[in-house]
Amino acid sequence: MTGSSFLTQVLALARRSTVRTMRQPAVIISALFFPMMFFSINASGLDAASKIPGFPTDSYLDFAFAFPLIQASLFGAITAGSDLARDIESGFFDRLSLTPMRPVSLLGGMLAGVVALGLLQGVVFLTIGLLMGVDISSGLGGMFVIVLLTVLVALGFGGIGAILAIRTGSVEAVESAFPLFFVAIFLSSINLPRDLIEQDWFRFIATINPISYLVEGIRSLVITGWDPQALALGFGFAGAIVIVAIGGAAASLRTRVA
Amino acid sequence: MGGFFQVAWAVAARQVYKYFTNPAFLAPALFPLFFFVAFAGGLTSVGDVPGFEYAAGYIAFQYVWALLQAVSMGGAFTGFSIAGDFENGFARRLMLAASNRYGIILGYTMASLVRATMTGTLVTVIALLTGMPISGGFDFFGLIALAVLANIAATLFGAGVAMLLRTQQAGPVIRTPIFLVLFLAPVFVPLSLLTGWIEAVARLNPFTHILQAARGFLAGDPTSVASAFTISAILILVLALWAVYGLRRAEKAG
Repeated sequence: MTGSSFLTQVLALARRSTVRTMRQPAVIISALFFPMMFFSINASGLDAASKIPGFPTDSYLDFAFAFPLIQASLFGAITAGSDLARDIESGFFDRLSLTPMRPVSLLGGMLAGVVALGLLQGVVFLTIGLLMGVDISSGLGGMFVIVLLTVLVALGFGGIGAILAIRTGSVEAVESAFPLFFVAIFLSSINLPRDLIEQDWFRFIATINPISYLVEGIRSLVITGWDPQALALGFGFAGAIVIVAIGGAAASLRTRVA
Repeated sequence: MGGFFQVAWAVAARQVYKYFTNPAFLAPALFPLFFFVAFAGGLTSVGDVPGFEYAAGYIAFQYVWALLQAVSMGGAFTGFSIAGDFENGFARRLMLAASNRYGIILGYTMASLVRATMTGTLVTVIALLTGMPISGGFDFFGLIALAVLANIAATLFGAGVAMLLRTQQAGPVIRTPIFLVLFLAPVFVPLSLLTGWIEAVARLNPFTHILQAARGFLAGDPTSVASAFTISAILILVLALWAVYGLRRAEKAG
């Protein structure tokens, strides 16, 4: 199989994945509305936290802006994982394996859909955030990097969603992983900087939780400007998650079609 | 009248049996527990914000919200059960057999209270293990009373929606408003420290009065008690009418 035909297959399945998502307005609305709703409530409700001595900014809105981007990536991963699991449950995946189309194209198509949704969410949230008064210290260049990191995070989470879908072949199993993802987001430095977390056990969990570094990478562009260390850690962890997750998904796929 | 209570007992007994034969009956406690751990663990330093005055401390401050969330979500999950009963045909048979259909609503509400007792106890045990003090003494019973009323109100709301829509797809319609009411209250800091739109919304939110009174009971400093119980009673009355309306629509639908 040539590279161009593989690309054609991926594009065809990415188009199918995107059209299917677009035909479910509830999915789009959930993916855009809920993260912004939580952001808005958290940012307003915790505004007083910016008065804690040592808090890195005087605006909790700026501090919390990473939240909708990370949460949206999670929603996208669950949606994409569920769609892939549905393809397995409905037999589409088995029918596909009888055609010359390579099953890995299905994975590629699904991940392309995740990237498209992540891109849409990144741009929409950035626009809404700016309208709400979020001040991006790193300027226009930083906004592009925020969207890039968001897409990378979405791709990594999408890979984890794909592993769950391929290994279980069950929509219910993928959906039931949602609380675990959600817990992982909150057990990070999403609500407060790690040095201001008083409980030792929580600070320890937040420190070993890779999501803290994804959050801090995005956050640094909003409240600090260009912070090479935070960005290196953010992109480093995002890249590692992408490699491990997509590698795991590809290995799971080989096992399923074997 | 005898038929009313007979039906209520029968429905409650079946529902409670279903709970205890399915470990998922504790599911409504999962999110409140998780939020409790995340907020009480990760946000303790918010209690150091100037003007944050709550004698029992930040863990207790978050526990009250988690408890009320657990019992309210217990009510919502009972709504999911009712919707499931309509989908699998049980509710239709129940409506045909019941000598007094209003007893069905009471039965589900009684079962929901049993579930709320279990989930509320679980949240309380976890909170005590993490070092939450109970400084209110007998006032703690005031907190429990408010939790019971919150559970009844949420159950009646869930029952009304479930009977109106009669499908498990009604889940988000039940869950989302309850979630919004819970979050649009002083979750992280007292009302006096809220600013902007959230302050205005929280002041209008009836749940805010219940939350403030419940926190006062735990700290041994009861506040807004009369307004909290009055609001709870009004909510239950209105939502009971809502549940009856849902039941009548279900009757009409056959």
